[in-house]
Amino acid sequence: MRPEEGVMQSRAQAMHALFGELSDQPVIICNGFPSREAQKIRDRPGNFYMIGSMGAAASIGLGLALAQPDRRVVVFDGDGNVLMGLGTLATIGALKPANLTHVVLDNEVYGTTGNQPSYSRLVRLDQVAKAAGYATVERVWEREDIVYEFKDMLKRDGPNFLLIKVNEQIEEAARVAPAPSEITRRFRAAVGAE
Amino acid sequence: MIESDDFVNALREAGFDFFTGVPDTILGGIIDALSRQRLYVPSVREDEAVAMAAGAFLGGKVPVALMQNSGLGNALNVLLSLHLIYKIPCLLIVSWRGFEGKDAPEHLVMGRAMPQLTEAVEIAHRTPSPATMADDLRWAGRAVTEQRVPVALFLKQGVVKTVQP
Repeated sequence: MRPEEGVMQSRAQAMHALFGELSDQPVIICNGFPSREAQKIRDRPGNFYMIGSMGAAASIGLGLALAQPDRRVVVFDGDGNVLMGLGTLATIGALKPANLTHVVLDNEVYGTTGNQPSYSRLVRLDQVAKAAGYATVERVWEREDIVYEFKDMLKRDGPNFLLIKVNEQIEEAARVAPAPSEITRRFRAAVGAE
Repeated sequence: MIESDDFVNALREAGFDFFTGVPDTILGGIIDALSRQRLYVPSVREDEAVAMAAGAFLGGKVPVALMQNSGLGNALNVLLSLHLIYKIPCLLIVSWRGFEGKDAPEHLVMGRAMPQLTEAVEIAHRTPSPATMADDLRWAGRAVTEQRVPVALFLKQGVVKTVQP
């Protein structure tokens, strides 16, 4: 049992706390249950729900952050996704987009496919991000710390990396409802691109 | 042979304004020209490049991803499960290594399979010559801005000037 397990939030609880701090900032949400849970917690046009392309959440967020440098961009990522696209931490650390906040909801498993363990229990992804050159890196698990750090990162020049250790609990949540092309259309309208 | 600066200017005239990718020798001149104009964002993998291009499109840009055809293999899943289903366009400028079997062994299988591979996933492609380039870029511009689909230009050695490694 991990030492912090007793105080850890579920991913849904953590996302609920994060959404509470957001106004109109666009959020790229990684595929699998994170997108489904986000849709249930706070569906909004500024949520880009990924249903495929695992590993690409941070690079989609990076492209958006570079395209719109005056807009704060948030990514809700998972540990499996980050590990699949680990090179992107280097790209973000090198390019240093000040308007990007990369949140990783780290449950240490591939939860959508049946809780197979991921390497994030052995490899400190926050330390990888720090070494890659993110401006601010924090590792949290309690709700008040999640809120405090996320609020701070939304004001602070990034790139910011917020690693949130969450438990393995999955919220019952329906599949992402809008057709993928509709997700694109409404998201582009929300960020003034359409 | 087309000067790389002229090629970049033609891309911009066709409407493209976001450029990322992974280098190849055939693409070296284009990447140099883009970098001199501070237009190029280097990626570390081709799947990252096309995903970054997708994010740029979500933010209102008209994106291009440059890559060697070996990298098309890396990019394929993102193209299939992001671009094609979300109606997110991207111009893929793919260097045709292994063309007609004249290249190092690692390029031969992809060099043979590339046209059929892209057709199998319904990504339209053209292989420009210096004479057809202007028309091919207009075609790509329309596909990306109007039909909003990813399309590919296969770039053979000797069409756009490159740099010596």
